[in-house]
Amino acid sequence: MEKLHYQNYRIYAENICVDYNGKVALYDANLRLKPGQICGLVGMNGAGKTTFFNALTGFVNISKGKIRINGESLRSAQKDQTIAYVPQSEGIDSQFPVNVWDVVMMGRYGSMNVLRCPRESDVQAVKDAIERVDLTDFLSTPIGNLSGGQRKRTFLARAIAQRASILLLDEPFTGVDIRTEKLISELFIQFKNEGKTILLSTHDMIHVREVCDLVLLINKTVVAYGETSEVFTPENITSTFGGISPDVLFGPES
Amino acid sequence: MEFFLFSSINTFLTDPLTHDFMRKALFMSSLVAAVCGFLSSYLTLKGWALMGDAVSHSVMPGVVVAYALGLPFSLGAFIFGVGSVALIGFVKQKSRVKEDTVIGLVFTGFFALGIVLVSKIKSNIDLHSILFGSPLGISLSDVKQTVLISLLVVILLSVFRKDLMLYCFDPRHAKTVGINVHFLHYLLLTCLSLAAVVGLQTVGIILVVAMLITPGATAYLLTDQFDNMTIISVLSAIISSLIGIYCSFWFDLETGGSIVLAQTFIFLFAFLFAPRYGIFKFKKLFAGYKR
Repeated sequence: MEKLHYQNYRIYAENICVDYNGKVALYDANLRLKPGQICGLVGMNGAGKTTFFNALTGFVNISKGKIRINGESLRSAQKDQTIAYVPQSEGIDSQFPVNVWDVVMMGRYGSMNVLRCPRESDVQAVKDAIERVDLTDFLSTPIGNLSGGQRKRTFLARAIAQRASILLLDEPFTGVDIRTEKLISELFIQFKNEGKTILLSTHDMIHVREVCDLVLLINKTVVAYGETSEVFTPENITSTFGGISPDVLFGPES
Repeated sequence: MEFFLFSSINTFLTDPLTHDFMRKALFMSSLVAAVCGFLSSYLTLKGWALMGDAVSHSVMPGVVVAYALGLPFSLGAFIFGVGSVALIGFVKQKSRVKEDTVIGLVFTGFFALGIVLVSKIKSNIDLHSILFGSPLGISLSDVKQTVLISLLVVILLSVFRKDLMLYCFDPRHAKTVGINVHFLHYLLLTCLSLAAVVGLQTVGIILVVAMLITPGATAYLLTDQFDNMTIISVLSAIISSLIGIYCSFWFDLETGGSIVLAQTFIFLFAFLFAPRYGIFKFKKLFAGYKR
């Protein structure tokens, strides 16, 4: 009975707490996302956005609370490659000696044998993913030679190749060109129609209004959560950003 | 004249091979260089150069204790190598001291313990050969041990080649697709300790760290492809050890030092002339010339 309750949600996080050596980074955070929902994660630097992602990917252990992915534990979600993580640009070493093909192929590693030998289906999945992000001409380009936008698309392709049903994106719109920005927005609509669930963190308030159905405002804990139109109010934003008014953040017309 | 030149090159190359100890030294050093070179590309990319330094120094007391107890010295070295890393992790987590400080603190402590133990335990351990290596005086049992350990490391690194690459590149992604990141972490550490153990014999504790860092750094300047990087790293390490040993034979130089110096020169060459990342970017020069 209880399990059925979780199963309605792609992501079900209840009262999760994370602390690093006794320092609290996130406490009593809740999040419930269903298939096809796009949720924006908004907060200041150090508000716990990355920590939230870390908890959902299992990269840090939660000290309290409960996380269920499709009604199952995090471990089984990892085994099924349910969650894909698209890192922010600073999160990766852009000088690492790998090319676009190599990176996208990493999305398939979880379903390969122990030697990670690509099968025909893996090669096809990688090809398709690279085509969807429009990087077919850059297959063997080292990631160090790509622009910021192209690199972002490479990692997005990796998530596509992984065939994950949940995408976690850390600052997907930061440091990208307009073309990439448009392509990402279009992909989000496609993902939504495919029933994928997306959680993205962003600094850019305009993107939240444009692409997100839901917003999660956090400042060490959840400040507000709900439909973008209802939650994204000047009062809520002000309290999320520690008293700074939204006028300062994104212009007086807001 | 031409014949004379050819025959003297021939003598230069083949003369040392008539000596049994030279054949053994050439074989052993190439093997060790290959193992360290293989590992080196991972350490450079993971940013573990200092960790390599720490582990290679920390194995010292392990070697001494193992000798004193009559155990295989690789066992002692391995325990202390992994122990030092565990200790570094523990101290870092439980105190406010920064990581590089902790690393420096722990490994010098271990190293000092090793030196004190050598002076205290009455044995036939030659401090000089531990510190600087003695590839020309390796015993048969040492050869067997080194070959076994080297094979083990090469097999482990080959099997988990791609996982380790992913672990160095993006551990969080590795975790999300269900790859055991902790296992890979300790696998890399284990290989590092084992490589330090085999490297200890040819170039000694002090210079083994060069074998673990320099070939990877050289290869990093020469390619943008991970597999090529591994190959270049291994090849440059093997070539260096051959050059080093020949030079030490003909010019009567310290062997370990010569090997490392050869590696350093190859790095310097790459640093100056690497097509894309060298100081003089030859690719650009040629591109301009063609036009």
